[in-house]
Amino acid sequence: MSLSDNERKLTIAMPKGRIFEEAVAFLQQAGMEVTAELQDSRKLIIPVKNTSLEFILAKPTDVPTYVEYGVADVGVVGKDVLLEEERDVYELLNLQIGYCRMVVAGLEDWTPTEAPRVATKYPRIASRYFREQGQQVEVIKLNGSVELAPLIGLADRIVDIVSTGRTLKENGLVELEHICEITTRLIANRASYRMKSEAVDDIAQKFLEVIPR
Amino acid sequence: MTKPLGFEKPLGMRDILPESLAKQRHLERELRDCIERWGYREIMTPSLEYYDTVGAASVTLTDRMFRLLDKQGHTVVLRPDMTSPIARVVSSLYKDVPLPIRLFYQTNVFRAQEKEAGRNAEFFQTGIELIGDASVDADAEAIALAVFCLQASGVETFRIAIGHVDFVEGLLEETVADEEDRSQFRRFLYERDFVGFRQLTERLNLSAEEKKRLEALLRLRGGKGKIEEARQLTVNGRARRAVETVASLWAALEAYGVTEALLLDFNLISNMNYYTGVVFEGYAADLGSPLLGGGRYDRLLEQFGRPAPATGFAIKMDRLLQVTPALASPEKQHVLLFYTDEYRAKAFAEAQRMRREGQIVETRRVKDRTEALVWSEHAEYSVISLTEQEE
Repeated sequence: MSLSDNERKLTIAMPKGRIFEEAVAFLQQAGMEVTAELQDSRKLIIPVKNTSLEFILAKPTDVPTYVEYGVADVGVVGKDVLLEEERDVYELLNLQIGYCRMVVAGLEDWTPTEAPRVATKYPRIASRYFREQGQQVEVIKLNGSVELAPLIGLADRIVDIVSTGRTLKENGLVELEHICEITTRLIANRASYRMKSEAVDDIAQKFLEVIPR
Repeated sequence: MTKPLGFEKPLGMRDILPESLAKQRHLERELRDCIERWGYREIMTPSLEYYDTVGAASVTLTDRMFRLLDKQGHTVVLRPDMTSPIARVVSSLYKDVPLPIRLFYQTNVFRAQEKEAGRNAEFFQTGIELIGDASVDADAEAIALAVFCLQASGVETFRIAIGHVDFVEGLLEETVADEEDRSQFRRFLYERDFVGFRQLTERLNLSAEEKKRLEALLRLRGGKGKIEEARQLTVNGRARRAVETVASLWAALEAYGVTEALLLDFNLISNMNYYTGVVFEGYAADLGSPLLGGGRYDRLLEQFGRPAPATGFAIKMDRLLQVTPALASPEKQHVLLFYTDEYRAKAFAEAQRMRREGQIVETRRVKDRTEALVWSEHAEYSVISLTEQEE
C-alpha cells in the first residue's frame, strides 16, 4: 500500500518552556533537521525542511489538548501535564528526558493542621494524591511561584515538580512526600495513530533509537 | 451559578441550522438507502428509558447519563445509545420473531459532558444491529456494511481498525499470573498508556520470553501479516481462538473486497465488560476522533431475558458531516410569487400548480405593483407578480 501525502504528513506539537531545549536536542539526535529557526522563531507553525513534518509550538499544558483534538498528530510533553490534563491520547514512548519529581513540600517545621491547605499548579494531581492517602485537603490553584504560598501563609503545603531541589531550599522548604517521577513522553492522537500508522511508527522508531538508557 | 442568558444552551447542546441539517438529512438518506439493501429495517424507541433496565445494561457509564425522576419516583435516563433499547425490544415485543433480526436506526442519543467544547451532549447516530448470528460472517457483514456506508457518504480516505477482546485477555491470562496485575495491564491499554504498560512489564517478575510477548502486543497493528505475528505469540486456547476468528474474518472481508480500507489492531480495546469478540473503530483523514465504533456483544440480550449473540455499529453523524463533501446546490427551482388581494385565488392556484411540478414556491401578499417591485429588487429567487397593472 503506497502512502498518500496526507498519510505521510505529520504535525508535531512541541512544548515551549522547561523541556523545550532538551526536546530540540533530542530531535536533532533523532536525525531531524531542526534549525535555529525553530528555537528563535516567533512563528508558531514551522515546517521542517526536506521532510513532511511540521511543528506547532505550544504552551506545555496545551500540547495534549492539540493532540486530543487532532490538530497535531503527535506531541512531546511532560508526564506532569498528562497526569493533570487527563486527555484521551496514546502515550507511546518515555523519552527519558526532562526528568523531575512531583513532590509534596512544606516548611521544615510543618505539622499536620486542622484545615490543611495545599497550593499547586496541579490541582487534579494534588486532589487525587491526597484522596488516595486518605486525607481531605483544600486545594488552591496557583499559576506560578508556588513556593511562596507556605511563606506567606496562603497554604501550609505545596505540590510541585522539583528537579535539583534548589528552589525549594532557597525558600526554606523541604520535600515532605514523593508523589511520582516525571519524564517527557511522546503522545499520539487516537485517529492519527491509525490513519497515519506508518508515519507515527516511523517517528516513534527514530525517537526510540536515541532514548538515553 | 449565574442565570443563563437568552442565547445560551445547556452544556453540549447544539442547534442544527438549515444549511447543515440539509446536509445531514442528505447523508441520512444515502446511509438509509445503503443499509436497507442489506435487509435491515428501521426502528424507533422512546427517548426516555428506565435506568434499571436500559440504563444499567448500557455500555455508557452511569455518570455520563442524563438521569431524571418520573412522577412515580423511578429513575429514568435519556437514552445514552440505541443498542440496549433495541435489545429490550428484541427480547419483549419481538420475542417470538425468529432470529436473526436485522434492525437499524437514525436518531439522537444523549451523553452528559463534563469537558469543554467539541463534545456534544446530544448527537445523531446512524447504526445497525444484527441480532442472533454468532458466525464470523455476521462480524464481516457489520464491518463490510460500515465500509460501504462510509463510501456511500463520500468519505474520501478512511480506515477501520479491527481487534478482538479475547486476544488481549487470553494473552494476559497466559502471561501474567496475578489477576490484580492483569487488570492493571488492561487499564493501561484502555487508557492507551503504553509507557505505563511497559513500566509494569519491567517491574513484574516475568521471564524474558513473557516480557517480549507483552511488548510485542503493543506493535500488533498493521495489515494481514499481523495475523501470523499474533498467532506466533499465543499459547493458550482463548487468544489462539481469537486469532483464528480474526483470520477467518479477514478471509470473509477479502471476499467482500473491502480489506483495502482495513487495519488490524490487536491492542484495540473497547469496553471489555461489554464487548465479547471482534471490535472495530473507523477513522477518517483530518478527523481527530473516531467516526464510528462497533463490535460483538453476546452478553447484552440475556440481560433482557432472550440470550442471543449480536453485533453492530454506530456512525456519529456530526463527525461524518465534517469529512464529507459539501452538498451540491439543489436543482429545484425556487420562485417568489407576489399577489395583490384581488388575485389571491389565482395566485394560490398557480402556486399549487408549480409545486406539483416540483418547484419551490413562496407566496407573499403585497399592496400593489410598486411594493412587489421593491421586494423583487432584493429577492434571491426568480419572481412572479400577480398584480392589478398586469391586466
